[in-house]
This record gives sequence, C-alpha cells and structure tokens, in this order.
Amino acid sequence: MVIAPDSKFAERVLKESGQSVNLCYQCRKCASGCPVVYEMDYTPTQIIHAIRLGMKDLVLNSKAIWLCASCETCTTRCPQDVDIAKVMDAARQIAIREKVKPQVGDIPAFNKSFLQMVRIFGRSFDLGLTMLLKLRTREFTKDMDLGVKLLRKGKLKLFPSFTRIIETNKIFSKVSKMEKEGK
Amino acid sequence: MIYSYYPGCSLDGTAKEYNLSLKAICPVLGIELKEVKDWICCGATSAHQTSHLLSVSLPAKSLAEVEKEGLDEVVVPCAACFQRLKTARYELENSPELLKDVSVIIDYPFENKVKVLHPLEIFSSSNVLELAKRNIKKDLSKLKVVCYYGCLLTRPPKVMQFDNYEYPLSMDEILSRIGVTVLDWSYKTDCCGASLALTKSEIVLRLINNIFENAEAVGADAIAVGCTLCHTNLDTRQEEAKKVYNKNYNLPIFFFTQLMGLAFGMSAKELSLHTHFVSPDKLLSKII
Repeated sequence: MVIAPDSKFAERVLKESGQSVNLCYQCRKCASGCPVVYEMDYTPTQIIHAIRLGMKDLVLNSKAIWLCASCETCTTRCPQDVDIAKVMDAARQIAIREKVKPQVGDIPAFNKSFLQMVRIFGRSFDLGLTMLLKLRTREFTKDMDLGVKLLRKGKLKLFPSFTRIIETNKIFSKVSKMEKEGK
Repeated sequence: MIYSYYPGCSLDGTAKEYNLSLKAICPVLGIELKEVKDWICCGATSAHQTSHLLSVSLPAKSLAEVEKEGLDEVVVPCAACFQRLKTARYELENSPELLKDVSVIIDYPFENKVKVLHPLEIFSSSNVLELAKRNIKKDLSKLKVVCYYGCLLTRPPKVMQFDNYEYPLSMDEILSRIGVTVLDWSYKTDCCGASLALTKSEIVLRLINNIFENAEAVGADAIAVGCTLCHTNLDTRQEEAKKVYNKNYNLPIFFFTQLMGLAFGMSAKELSLHTHFVSPDKLLSKII
C-alpha cells in the first residue's frame, strides 16, 4: 500500500529509507519494546509522528535519533511493517549531511572515528579508534582500565591490518561522489 | 563440506576466542573453512548510521571476493557482520538499480549470488548434530547455561530468515545435543546495548544487569553467546555492572563454539578460555 506523504520532510525520509511514516497508526509498540527509550527525549513513536507532521528541526535536534541502538526490535514488531530502525538511520544521515549539531555528540564522533579507521586500514583498528574518539570527546580517562586489561589479554592489537587500503579508500570516495550527485 | 569464511574485525581482536574455537571444532564436524582473501570491514553499525550506500558497498566488496573465489556460501560467525552481509545481499536482491551502483563502486560486475550463513544454521542441521553427538568426549551435563542470541542474529526477520525471531532455539538445540543442561529464560533476544558501550556505557550497564539478573534467577552458571558484541559487553563490563548495581553474580560468558570444543575434549587453552575477563576456571573445575 502506498500513501502519499503529506510533508516535505516525510517525503525526504521516504526517499532516503524507502519507508512511509504515514502508515503508522501510533500504536506505540515500537516505544514499548525499545531498550533505550528511557534515555530518549522523544519515543520512537513520537519521532515517527513528528516526521509525518514535517517537524524536521525537532527530529534532527533530538537525542532519540542518536541513542537508538539499532537493535531492530521496533522494526521487527511494527504491525504496519514500518522499518523504524531504517527511519532512524535516515534521520541521522540527513542530520549529518545538513551538518546539524548532534544532541548526543559522542555517538556520531564514534561512528566517524570508526569509519575513518576502516577507510585508512580496510579493517577496524580498535586502538586507533579509541584514541581518535578520545581526542574528539575529550574524555581521556574513560575506560582506561578496560583498555589496559584488553591489551594484557592480547585482545587489542598494537598495529593495524592494512588490507586493500587503496580499494577501500576508493569505495569511500565513490560513495561520497555518488551521494553528492543525489543517489 | 567447504565453506568460504568471513571472520570480521572482532574475531581478529576482542573476540579471538570465537575465531580459535570455531576453527578448532569445524574439522570434527566435517567442515572446512576457507578464509576470504583480504576481506575488509563490513562497516558495522557506524556505516549504516552514516550512509546507506556505504553500508551496502562495504559488505558487497567482500562478498564479491567470495564470488571470485568460486564459492557460493560464506560462513559469518559475528552476528553484527552476519546481519550487515545478509542485509546487503537482501537489499541488492530487491533493487537492480542499487546493484548497478554498487557494482560501479566496488569495480566488479557483482552478481550477488553468495549465500550468507551463520555457524548456528550449519551446526543445527541433523547430520552435523549427529556428528557432534558422536564426538562427545566430556560430560557437560552439570553445566547449566542460558543461550543468549541478542539482536542481530534474528532481526529484522524479513531479512535474516533465521530461527524464531522472538524465541530462537538453534543454540539451545545444539548445546543440549552435546550434553549441556540448557535452561529456559526471558532475555534470549534482548539488546545488550551493542556499540553504545564505548560512548554511553551506563546504558549498557543497565541492559546487561537485567540480563545477568534473569540468568541468575533461572539458576544459570554461565551464558552462551553467538555474537561478538554481546560477548564483549557481558564479559568485559560484568565487573562494572556488579559494582554499579551492587550485585554479586559471577557468570562466565562462553561462545557456543567454546562449549562445543569442551564437549569434544579440547583443552581450555586451545579454546582460549583464559582470555575471558570473567574466568570460567572455578566453574569448570567444579563440573568437569
């Protein structure tokens, strides 16, 4: 079933995610099963409704879109088959592209640091990721003892892998180019 | 049976026990794993939260390598990689336009033919279960575990098509076949907070405390997992959760492959049991 979006923002989300928020009848099943809803400023149900009403600023400036852990419980249980986790992804992607200052800064900082490592080395590099993240969030002492313990157990590699570094970098460049062309 | 093998970044580091134990038990079960040549990162949660196109292209690159190597099935033990690879395959199957774009991005005429499998799927087939049963050398019946599947093995069901998505049983079935006492509980598919661990660790502590409380309440000695992120959160943050919530549970977290190895008579060292934060030594000396 296709229902035409009634707001520009809902239309944009539909284009980004393939998901029509207009199918939602506000049963709140997504909010009920969400493991992190207690930390959110708006529940997933409210975010869906706000998108429907075209309240772009509220959505892009919410904590909820960043706190979503992508556990997909909401998506799994939605009686209207709306992929809510995908809608959350679309909101985050739009927020990044429009350079909206995130309300929960350390989460996008983590994503950025993680992807930087992958772009440079082809694979994730936990030690480098942690250092980059600390530089970005300025939380230098957080989880220090955990890191030391991981090192001792041989679970934190001291050197990155260098796998298909040119090819991987090309993937990232081509993706940004295509996205700029509006794909 | 030969399968292509995509270990993923975690199995190279924080979840090395999973890699070692899986590789140790596969020959016993008549399974040969051939690691994908120079596989790259699947992009994980960070990619799909940042760019849809990137989140499909990164897994497609490694799947294309499997295609080039002429194998048609790839085994992916990390639940997060498993979900990303399977999602990429699903989305490419449903959008010829996306397939065209991704082929340009990865510079390969990708056919999207490779089937993505989790070890739990392979091990729960009747002939592998039979082989597993025939190779039991140690009695693990005194070990009481709960099986924790987490989010990404089964969700979203439309894509994953894996087990029962609210109440999966594949791991329970495998472990009970090899003689472990498997208990029923309520937190099989609840979220542990996954990658929020490094940024919002207080959320993870709350979620894992719920999991530990229920595991303890049903009488479990340990928790069995099939996801690298679940293992890291439950194992490395258990001490912290105990302090914050003033609890005294002590639950070693095993990859299900380690328990299979134990049943097959493999040594603790071979299965890398010493690299866990929550030591299983005391528990194992009591029951084996």
